[in-house]
Amino acid sequence: MNKFKRIIALMLVMIMGVTFVACGNDTKDVATPPVSDQKDAGDISQSEPEDKAGKVLNIWGWNNEFQGLYETYFEDAGLLPNDIEVKFTIVPNDDNAYQNALDEALLNQETASDDDKIDLFLIEADYALKYVESDYTLDIMKDVGLTDADIAGQYKYTQEIVTDSKGAIKGTSWQATPGLFAYRRSIAKDVLGTDDPVKVQEALSTWDKFYDVAKMSSTKGYKMLSGYDDSYRTFSNNVSSPWVDSNSTIVLDDNTVKWIEQSKEFTDKGYNNKSSLWDDQWAADQGPGGKVFGFFYSTWGINFTLLGNALETPLPDGITATSDPDVFKEATEGNGIFGDYGVVEGPQNYYWGGSWLCGATGSDNLELVQEIMRTMTCDADTLITITKDTQDFTNNIEAMDSLAADDNFASAFLGGQNHIKLFAESAKGIDMSNISPYDQGLNEEIQTAFRDYFNGTVDYDTALNNFYTAALEKYPNLKVSN
Amino acid sequence: MKSISKKKNKSISYSKWGYIFLIPFFTIYILFSFIPLVSTFYYSFFENYMTGLTQIGPNFVGLENYKTILFESDLPKFALNTFIIWILGFIPQIIISLTIAIWFTSARLKLKFTGFFKTVIYMPNLIMAAAFSMLFWALFSDIGPVNNLLVALGYEPFSFMQSISGNRGLIALMNFLMWFGNTTILLMAAVMGIDNSILEAAQIDGANAWKTFWYVTIPSIKPILVYVFLTSLIGGIQMFDVPQILTNGAGGPNRTSMTMIMYLNRHLFSKNYGLAGALSVILLIVTAILSFIVYRNLTEREEK
Repeated sequence: MNKFKRIIALMLVMIMGVTFVACGNDTKDVATPPVSDQKDAGDISQSEPEDKAGKVLNIWGWNNEFQGLYETYFEDAGLLPNDIEVKFTIVPNDDNAYQNALDEALLNQETASDDDKIDLFLIEADYALKYVESDYTLDIMKDVGLTDADIAGQYKYTQEIVTDSKGAIKGTSWQATPGLFAYRRSIAKDVLGTDDPVKVQEALSTWDKFYDVAKMSSTKGYKMLSGYDDSYRTFSNNVSSPWVDSNSTIVLDDNTVKWIEQSKEFTDKGYNNKSSLWDDQWAADQGPGGKVFGFFYSTWGINFTLLGNALETPLPDGITATSDPDVFKEATEGNGIFGDYGVVEGPQNYYWGGSWLCGATGSDNLELVQEIMRTMTCDADTLITITKDTQDFTNNIEAMDSLAADDNFASAFLGGQNHIKLFAESAKGIDMSNISPYDQGLNEEIQTAFRDYFNGTVDYDTALNNFYTAALEKYPNLKVSN
Repeated sequence: MKSISKKKNKSISYSKWGYIFLIPFFTIYILFSFIPLVSTFYYSFFENYMTGLTQIGPNFVGLENYKTILFESDLPKFALNTFIIWILGFIPQIIISLTIAIWFTSARLKLKFTGFFKTVIYMPNLIMAAAFSMLFWALFSDIGPVNNLLVALGYEPFSFMQSISGNRGLIALMNFLMWFGNTTILLMAAVMGIDNSILEAAQIDGANAWKTFWYVTIPSIKPILVYVFLTSLIGGIQMFDVPQILTNGAGGPNRTSMTMIMYLNRHLFSKNYGLAGALSVILLIVTAILSFIVYRNLTEREEK
């Protein structure tokens, strides 16, 4: 009897131990839904079988840009069914964290409970093909249910980026992201004697002319560009072949080499300020104390990043152009160098960034996904409102052309210039045929590796070798030609 | 009944409960330490990584991963980096810790507020290494406070992050700041453990402070010194968070501040468990040998 008791006790302890450990893994499934979904907390244990649509729509992204737009133009517009809750999961991009988390979740998509399944997620151009070519994204036409008529108004290149090798379109975007060159009007006046965009463009229309202006700026004590990577996209978007060829070999395009040569020369002659994209120096150069002629920036960059950096006193927390237009206006006008920037096309057409919405395979809210995609990325009225509210360039050719022709439409930040006119022109010239699934990693690594070369720490061959080594660490399946 | 209760009294043994209470530890240890350890060995023999969302492998490749890591990678360079950065931090650490330990325990100096200072020098160790590294990164950036100060004092600004010595120096400085308090406390315990009569005997024999230190104190605390040296070396091999954050994972100019664990971390971008596993096993073997030396050193002392 006693022995029996002890065995029972031992077993109980072991069971406790095991459940204790097992709980560590299971808490996610058991505990998370009630927290995130207070409304339906009671219903989870007895889910109604006849109700096919899920109660929770999961959207994943790396920042709250889309969340803000969605809340203003979809939720506040009353388009969300009452019984569905939308849950945003935001994982920052740093150190690849967003993709790591997203990959993990997508690989577990099949076994995840319905309310935890990802329904919609956002991707960027640099790694779009990684998801587009996988089975984890839905065809927005066949699976999600958008029609040819829905997407007819979009810029073609925004569809080409997310078209897989079989021709299926796997994502859709509310924005197009053509790039321009944003210049400081006051510096242009000093160097070129004019701040008129037409004349400035004339002075910067080719790389040779761009170089001449850099030289003139330098003699007046200005820098042409802030850092090494500022002009990277203008070269990398105009390459003649993708980063990786059909034999999985890394190809260093002549145009990329041109970027290296230009950056080295600019650095050696003091035409740039030796900063790197996104670092403190780079951001400071865009502000009131900056002595840099201009920055290559695309749509989002001008109205979000550049605007933010140009201010003397930062915007109050949480204030954006959409959240509170009056406060926004109050806080920006006359602050720092607000109004001192202008935009021109610059020497070459390019694009930079952009976000796409993808439907996730296994989603239990397809109808709502379709509705969100249609409203946020196809509906001309919504898109034109977004542009008017935020100055962002949205993905509708007709709407953008009408704003481009509208003389009353102007950006206060750009000194009253109608930037949409230039964007609309530039967007038509974007060529997306040379992207690869490896763009993100290889773009990052070549910028990192050649920073040492620009600084003078290593020679060209060492930098190139460092780039190849780093590239192969990230992508072990690639090869380097000898 | 009687016989049963008698038997019961005889057989009462509480040792079983000891084992029962150990079960949770062993379950957790096996699940979270032992199984990962064994699977690391196992995976190191396979080609196994992700390209995009597609899994490659696992294909058995034998010792191919070890060959790649040992002969085709820059591991020797990263090992040298790690060693240089470690030694740059360790030398000042041991000198200053030893000095402070002697001063704080010295009966002649009778320093006041030693308790307060012991707490203060231990403080940096309480800060998370990553946070500490972020702080230094902000302080020493090109437009950070340190460079502003240099310019204000009339010097040329110095780009710490783009210079080899700047990068390595900052990492060594942080390691030094974080660990010298800990070392000081260990060495103080060792110095206080020396029998006072030996020190007095030395003084009676006419030894000055320097000779007492060199011929009495040092030999007496030698086992602890060796312990400090080797644990620091093992910690040095595992150096990761400070340089990773400071150089944003790139390892400084021309990868001169990339440590071995940072190199390991690079393989995790593609979830390359094969190469990363092989590298882990190599590092485990090196660390195990060093640990064995510590163990031998400590047990030998007891035998005497």
